[in-house]
Amino acid sequence: MFVVIAIIIGVASLIGGYIAIHHEDLSVAIIASGLVSLFASILFLLLAAPDVAMTEAAIGSGLTTLIFFYVLNKIRQRND
Amino acid sequence: MEYIAISTGFALMLLGLWGILSQKNLIKIVLGFTIFDTGINIVMVSIGYVRGKAAPILDVINPSEAVNEIVDPIPQALVLTAIVIGLGVSALMLVYVLKLHREKNSLDINSFKDLKW
Amino acid sequence: MIKKLIIIGIMAGVVLIFFDLFNAFTGNEVLSKTADYYARNGAKEVGASNLVTSIVVTYRGFDTLGEVTILFLTAAIISFVLKIREEDIIPNRQVRITSEILDSAAQVIVPVIFMVGIYIFVNGHLTPGGGFPGGAVIASGVLLMIMANPKFGISHTVISWVESISGVAFVILGVLGILFAGGFLDNRVLGLGDFGKLFSAGIIPIIYSFIGLKVGAELSNILGTISHAQNEKN
Repeated sequence: MFVVIAIIIGVASLIGGYIAIHHEDLSVAIIASGLVSLFASILFLLLAAPDVAMTEAAIGSGLTTLIFFYVLNKIRQRND
Repeated sequence: MEYIAISTGFALMLLGLWGILSQKNLIKIVLGFTIFDTGINIVMVSIGYVRGKAAPILDVINPSEAVNEIVDPIPQALVLTAIVIGLGVSALMLVYVLKLHREKNSLDINSFKDLKW
Repeated sequence: MIKKLIIIGIMAGVVLIFFDLFNAFTGNEVLSKTADYYARNGAKEVGASNLVTSIVVTYRGFDTLGEVTILFLTAAIISFVLKIREEDIIPNRQVRITSEILDSAAQVIVPVIFMVGIYIFVNGHLTPGGGFPGGAVIASGVLLMIMANPKFGISHTVISWVESISGVAFVILGVLGILFAGGFLDNRVLGLGDFGKLFSAGIIPIIYSFIGLKVGAELSNILGTISHAQNEKN
């Protein structure tokens, strides 16, 4: 059962990573990279590492994504 | 389980490296770095995984039988700090991106040719 | 074209390096020698239920000190690079008005988020979590405050005091270990107490609380600096 979940999550995170690198819209790419971090945190939980899963969920998908958006917002503001 | 995890980790690393090397946009390069980071963390945690064992927290597990019940805690301790450092490093890179964009008004890496001769 | 070839060459090299590592990986049936030692003696020597905590704070405590220093340095460099001169600040920047829901919810939820963060790092030696996730949760609370009110500025006095007091306290507690116990960052300065209780494992809960406060202050500082940079002219 866990193996099936792990396969689904692994494939989903690879798709997320592909979108993050190749999508033209930067907002979509940043959201996709946050998604990769979220899937990685589930994978950490399946690998019996709850501490790492908590940290990754809070930092990888929360704070990093928002910092990217702040920078993107500033750059768009300059281009206007 | 650990094979799936380690394959995912290596694949994410390669994906991130491909992004770092092939993309032209500076923000995309930083995104490549964060994906690379996530991949390395997954690889490290899955190297410490022991088949069918529980997390290294001894609340239900009796401490005298812990040796046969838990996974390896050392890679987890390393990854715990590595994730926090990763946030600091990507924030630093993004701040430099902000500064570079102010100099040239462009995010394309090909417009930074000042050191080229 | 040549660029593509070089990229493919580098990728092939990396694949070659990691293929060996991947091929040699067979999965573990038993713990490695170091982990075996920690599993056998961790509960006896350190007294913390969470073995990851006892490694992060005690066995590898010196690494953690260095790690917190790196985080402090990145926060300092970010503040330095993004420093804005007074005349460059847009006086009354028009920000989009935040929605009523976000505004009201933030007032209710932010204290709860802070409480959860403090719970996570105070109980770091008993449950999953500890200083790093706790600090990150506190920083997410600060982030919610900034998002609900974009004009909200983080007080640098508070941040720098929290940050420096916890940093100094971390080192002083480590030195107390040299004076009263086995070595730097030894946790047996206080008694080990009952295994599995909140007041146990020597000074681990105190050290981890300081680490949590320090990490929370540093991450909040990074977020505050980057959000303040939005006010700069160009």
